[in-house]
Amino acid sequence: MAVCVAVIAKENYPLYIRSVPTENELKFHYMVHTSLDVVDEKISAMGKALVDQRELYLGLLYPTEDYKLRRYGYVTNSKVKFVMVVDSSNTALRDNEIRSMFRKLHNSYTDVMCNPFYNPGDRIQSRAFDGMVTSMMIQVC
Amino acid sequence: MEGLTLSDAEQKYYSDLFSYCDSESTKKVAAHGRVLELFRAAQLPSDVVHQIMELCGATRLGYFGRSQFYIALKLVAVAQSGFPLRVESINTVKDLPLPRFVASKNDQESRHAASYSSDSENQGSYSGVIPPPPGRGQVKKVSTSHDTVQPRTSADQQEPVSPVVSPQQSPPTSPHTWRKHSRHPSGGNSERPLAGPGPFWSPFGEAQSGSSSGDAVWSGHSPPPPQENWVSFADTPPTSTLLTMHPASVQDQTTVRTVASATTANEIRRQSSSYDDPWKITDEQRQYYVNQFKTIQPDLNGFIPGSAAKEFFTKSKLPILELSHIWELSDFDKDGALTLDEFCAAFHLVVARKNGYDLPEKLPESLMPKLIDLEDSADVGDQPGEVGYSGSPAEAPPSKSPSMPSLNQTWPELNQSSEQWETFSERSSSSQTLTQFDSNIAPADPDTAIVHPVPIRMTPSKIHMQEMELKRTGSDHTNPTSPLLVKTSDLSEENKINSSVKFASGNTVADGYSSSDSFTSDPEQIGNNVTRQRSHSGMSPDNTAPPPPPPRPQPSHSRSSSLDMNRTFSVTTDLCVHTGQQQAGVVAQPPAVPPRPQPSQAPGPVVHRPVDADGLITHTSTSPQQIPEQPNFADFSQFEVFAASNVNEEQDDEAEKHPEVLPVEKASDPASSLRVAKTDSKIEEKTAASAPANVSKGTTPLAPPPKPVRRRLKSEDELRPEVDEHTQKTGVLAAVLASQPSIPRSVGKDKKAIQASIRRNKETNTVLARLNSELQQQLKDVLEERISLEVQLEQLRPFSHL
Repeated sequence: MAVCVAVIAKENYPLYIRSVPTENELKFHYMVHTSLDVVDEKISAMGKALVDQRELYLGLLYPTEDYKLRRYGYVTNSKVKFVMVVDSSNTALRDNEIRSMFRKLHNSYTDVMCNPFYNPGDRIQSRAFDGMVTSMMIQVC
Repeated sequence: MEGLTLSDAEQKYYSDLFSYCDSESTKKVAAHGRVLELFRAAQLPSDVVHQIMELCGATRLGYFGRSQFYIALKLVAVAQSGFPLRVESINTVKDLPLPRFVASKNDQESRHAASYSSDSENQGSYSGVIPPPPGRGQVKKVSTSHDTVQPRTSADQQEPVSPVVSPQQSPPTSPHTWRKHSRHPSGGNSERPLAGPGPFWSPFGEAQSGSSSGDAVWSGHSPPPPQENWVSFADTPPTSTLLTMHPASVQDQTTVRTVASATTANEIRRQSSSYDDPWKITDEQRQYYVNQFKTIQPDLNGFIPGSAAKEFFTKSKLPILELSHIWELSDFDKDGALTLDEFCAAFHLVVARKNGYDLPEKLPESLMPKLIDLEDSADVGDQPGEVGYSGSPAEAPPSKSPSMPSLNQTWPELNQSSEQWETFSERSSSSQTLTQFDSNIAPADPDTAIVHPVPIRMTPSKIHMQEMELKRTGSDHTNPTSPLLVKTSDLSEENKINSSVKFASGNTVADGYSSSDSFTSDPEQIGNNVTRQRSHSGMSPDNTAPPPPPPRPQPSHSRSSSLDMNRTFSVTTDLCVHTGQQQAGVVAQPPAVPPRPQPSQAPGPVVHRPVDADGLITHTSTSPQQIPEQPNFADFSQFEVFAASNVNEEQDDEAEKHPEVLPVEKASDPASSLRVAKTDSKIEEKTAASAPANVSKGTTPLAPPPKPVRRRLKSEDELRPEVDEHTQKTGVLAAVLASQPSIPRSVGKDKKAIQASIRRNKETNTVLARLNSELQQQLKDVLEERISLEVQLEQLRPFSHL
């Protein structure tokens, strides 16, 4: 289940970051922060080809010694990044599941963007988005 | 029980006390337990207490509902003030001090009293008789009494309330979902005239007990609904927000809205009076909303774009966050625009929020698009806590779907089952497909766009080339391929392709055009060319009927001059023999006439040629269809032979040969000439013996030297595969030329001969023209092939990056 979900803007500042309110939330924040480098690396590596050809789902960002916590990345065409830290201790989440989770995130993010009262670059305070993330944090176990 | 008029302070105080007493949040206070303690703390004689209890009806009911409790408190105050205890004394006694409860609750009370007094100003004045306190009490109680709501578990209390307890559980949750938004700061909602919970209470009452009578309409000042209703409100702070929607509250609404707030207030007032569904939109409201919609978007079936809606709703001075949430709720289809229904829902939510109602988590059913119909009696428990009116609390959530009219059923499904919605959207709008779609589009088009036109221009360019050549006959001899080159330059890559492909296509075209029969592939053509040429050559003698293509000798000269040349060189069979390429040249020769050494020479080679020519001609006659050069053959006329001979001549002709041979064939000539030129090299080899002679013959008598040169260049450009054809054609031309030896070249010898030669030349012209067209077609085909190959190459290139 996702223990931490973060939406990072193009300029690499967080638009939304939320983790399971357990112990060390700071640890999750730190993980997301370090993942950004990896994400950027992956983007630039693939960027040689046309942007459109680049796949949005980045997959497991980098292997860690901690097999429980995995970080997955996803980039939109507008360079908005989604980073998700998943606790894979319970179930071995398949790649497809992660993809679907990112797709849901992306759709919710799109909905937030559609809101004319949302200024791009603001923190995401949409309740619908929150609800969706919550469902992800709870369900995906 | 008659209505109880309470001041604000009293309201607060009572509500706090009630919540204090109502330990288990059952909205009912058992007569025993804390209430009793409380009353004892009032330091009233027990009989007074009993009297109070009787008066308030607690004894009748067996427990203290909120109203009873409030009345009791009031009576306590009355009693403490020394007034006689009477029911009417409740209202008649004004300015009663708050009931004082000594004992341990003093702190609370004092606290409350203090807070109440301080909060009193917050209290809006409620107008009229406020239905039993429960409603009002809630408002203040919420803010201040949260802490006082202690989870007291009173077994005693629970018993009587047990029947109500269970249902109670659900409603509290629902209102809590409302999440009291900062009520204090919200707009000008400082005043919450709690003129009775009205319909809003009723839902809770219903939700709670389910057993309570449905008549929870406060506006009518009906006797307080069964206490369950009120009780339900006790611990549901958000419910108080509903009060704000009450008509009375609307009166005190101070929200300022540039949009006529008054009308909205009226509407809300009226709406609340419907006490069915607080989220329902009344007719007046709807009409108002529609009018507002029209101001933004005249077309009622149209959309209001997000930006316009943002502007509009910003005027309501609600916080952006709330507006954002309202938008999220109301933009049902998430398209960034509001339809009329969505707009009405949004407007309604804004109005509600202005009046202090918390925004629901989910869009109320009555506000869902297409559900906003007053006729829509789907009042069945709306989303819990929001609208649940008649539905029992337990049913609230599920009641939506079953009770929804057919139209609505889709909405709740969509609204509730976000997963479904999302999955649908996931399936339909996967980002992957979007990106891939774009990526696929990008690469292919430019190439194809560029490439495709190429072949299209073939024909016109050919024509153009013909024209060019016609113009150039005498001008640009230095460019053997000038006519072609010019056009090629015009057409950039096309030209190059053209020049090269034309040759091939020209061949094919010519072949096609030629009357020859089975010409399918170029190889065949090539193979046939040789044969054709021979056949042509063979035919030439037969076709010599048309005047021997005298002008042939100068294939280089081609078109315009070709005619003349042909005329002059009616005898230029030798020229034809030379290259056979420039049939045009042959034709053009006649005008040049002058140097007719060729004729003299021609006979020689021609003599030799005939055999070859025949063979060639025959061959060429068969091949020409594939080889545009050989349209002549189609005619199986002398012209073909002529053409063949011309072609041959051209090929051999390095010199001027057939500059003017066939003006008409200029177009084809480039092709043919190209081919011829190509064949030149080979034909020269082939017709080594005769070639030189032919060359010399062709060149000298015939037109401008440059033509052969040009031909040569053309030949270079032309496709190599054409060489064979050229050779064939040269052979043909040679044959043609050879066929002409019969025609005396001697200038001025015979006018008749000249005329005959002229005729022959003309015929040759036509043949060559046909050949030309055939060649053009061949060239076109080859160009297309090249284009396709280039396209493939382009497509393969991106992969090189990977």
